[in-house]
Amino acid sequence: MTARPLNPRAALDTRESLLVQDPRTKARNATEKRFRAYGLTAIVVALLALVWLLVSIFGNGLPAFRQTFMTFPVTLDAALLDKGGKRDPADLAKATTFTYGKVLATSLGAEVTAKGIDLGAVQPKDLIKMISEESPATLRNLVLADPSLIGTTIDFTVLASGRIDGYYKGRVTMESAALDKNISPDQLALADRLKTAGVLGMKFNAGFLTMPDASDKRPEAAGLGVAIVGSLYMMFVVLILALPIGVATSVYLEEFAPQNKFTDLIEVNIANLAAVPSIVYGILGLAIFINFAGLPQSAPIVGGLVLTLMTLPRIIIPTRAALKAVPPSIRDAALGVGASRLQTITHHVLPLAMPGILTGTIIGLAQALGETAPLLLIGMVAFVRDFPGAPPDGLFDPAAALPVQIYNWTQRGDPGFVERASGAIIVLLVFLIAMNAVAIYFRRKFERRW
Amino acid sequence: MKDQRLETRVDTQTIKIEARKAQVYYGTNHAIIDVDVDIMDKTVTAFIGPSGCGKSTFLRCLNRMNDTIPSCRVEGSITLEGENIYDPRVDPVQLRARIGMVFQKPNPFPKSIYDNVAYGPKIHGLTRNKAELDEVVETCLRKAALWNEVKDRLQSPGTGLSGGQQQRLCIARAIATSPEVLLMDEPCSALDPIATAQVEELIDELRSQFSVVIVTHSMQQAARVSQRTAFFHLGYLVEFGETGQIFTNPKDPRTESYISGRIG
Repeated sequence: MTARPLNPRAALDTRESLLVQDPRTKARNATEKRFRAYGLTAIVVALLALVWLLVSIFGNGLPAFRQTFMTFPVTLDAALLDKGGKRDPADLAKATTFTYGKVLATSLGAEVTAKGIDLGAVQPKDLIKMISEESPATLRNLVLADPSLIGTTIDFTVLASGRIDGYYKGRVTMESAALDKNISPDQLALADRLKTAGVLGMKFNAGFLTMPDASDKRPEAAGLGVAIVGSLYMMFVVLILALPIGVATSVYLEEFAPQNKFTDLIEVNIANLAAVPSIVYGILGLAIFINFAGLPQSAPIVGGLVLTLMTLPRIIIPTRAALKAVPPSIRDAALGVGASRLQTITHHVLPLAMPGILTGTIIGLAQALGETAPLLLIGMVAFVRDFPGAPPDGLFDPAAALPVQIYNWTQRGDPGFVERASGAIIVLLVFLIAMNAVAIYFRRKFERRW
Repeated sequence: MKDQRLETRVDTQTIKIEARKAQVYYGTNHAIIDVDVDIMDKTVTAFIGPSGCGKSTFLRCLNRMNDTIPSCRVEGSITLEGENIYDPRVDPVQLRARIGMVFQKPNPFPKSIYDNVAYGPKIHGLTRNKAELDEVVETCLRKAALWNEVKDRLQSPGTGLSGGQQQRLCIARAIATSPEVLLMDEPCSALDPIATAQVEELIDELRSQFSVVIVTHSMQQAARVSQRTAFFHLGYLVEFGETGQIFTNPKDPRTESYISGRIG
């Protein structure tokens, strides 16, 4: 008796050579090929988008790190700057930036004459338009800080005006200058001659990272100083609040809390909080920290508290996952030699979960660093020129934040701010990359096998 | 060899652990029913039985490792030298220092070999200085027959050892707190025959100082290492007595079926 074949198809004996693919195999292979092609296409598209983004940001933003400066001897005329002649600070303060502007213009005119540069059609009084409006103030602050400079001649470096800077960055042309009341083609031609004479030149712009924001008319003087300090303060607040609270919450929920309806409810809520739009946290912060608790607006402490609320669920979720991933055998081992529950957690479970916890925390911090919406609501969008003081008091001083500064600059009219905004994005990206690098470093350092 | 072992008599009559009418529930599931067991001092007691019969559950009750399972509930009385270990005044942490445990899967801490053994004495404050701790570590590693293999690399990770070495390291770790009873939950099931033989030899040596309770699936192993054997079936303790008697002359037909391979 022959056994009945299990598969009726086999009875038909349709088996063919292994060297030829049957139609089913062909169809399956084609599906697989198509699937792989889709995947590859998706990756290529994503990469192209990334390259486009980077090219656009770096193309627009890198010029922000270079700036046109003019260096020339400035004669600080005592007759103009200290009419009383007694170097009395109250007297000195009477000389306004307008006076200092005249001093700068006169000195530049003298330099032009001394170097034998042709002024062309530029009037000597219009020389001031080639210098940033920020520079007289800088010079004034320098003199007020050190009155002994009055009466001497110093080598002073001023920012060229935004239009001249734009001319060397390709933003301003002779044609556009002809239509611009802020600059004339003659002035640009003079700038070229100054450049040849070595008075004017481009160099690295450290001020972009150290100077505070500047007004709408002075893109050349706008810097990220206050925004960087504000962001660092907020990250500091978030780190010292969110990490311990988040880890303690996770450890309690994961290791100690009884499993009941109440803890289930908390768990669901934490998961949902992570998905709440960040602007909602801004409204919450406005209501609680500013309107109820009476904390100052625009202060890094409020920003830090709001971002802490936002970051907490984003730290708790990965931390709990990291704690869950620690093998129970390690807990058994520690309990088996008579460690208490807390000893088991602090000596064994937390060290093993540390890479996951740190990665979660740093990614949470990075998200907080780039968060804009809640900060707009608590007044961090304000124009702040004064650096906040040293912590802890400085946490209550007004400050800006990096992402808000970017948002701010994209709203400004002067085309010089386009480059500033892109430059600020580069700075933000560098911070984010640095934080991710730290996350990777910690993960490698603490990673252990078991 | 078998005969010789079966002749081994229990040398002492001191009862270390006494369980009376012990019941264990997992939620509504009655996992251990009316178990009465006397664990003698300086004796190896083997728990045998088919999978799911409750022998591991009962073993874990002896040092309250089941406390970590929220749904687990223990009733009846289990005493260590006359003191009820489930008395509310008993801190399981102190209890576990006196009743050590070795698990089925070798589970060294992801720390150095030295730190693995030194951990117990450190947290219980059993040593006063580094020299004493060094001595304890060396003694325990020697007792666990691991010293000669690891003495040159005490600072290398315990997880880098082979499976058998890891299990002996876990035994060294368990005896470092000078427990009175050592519980072993299928300590050889993840080991190859050579490592198994080493561990079995070790168990026999440990008997001179500790009372050892071992759960095993291998009846040969129970016969080789133990002096007393308890046979568990479906949560009941079916038969408990001298190993020689259980294996040669079981009183209960279920025991006979199990050791002859008819149930299991």
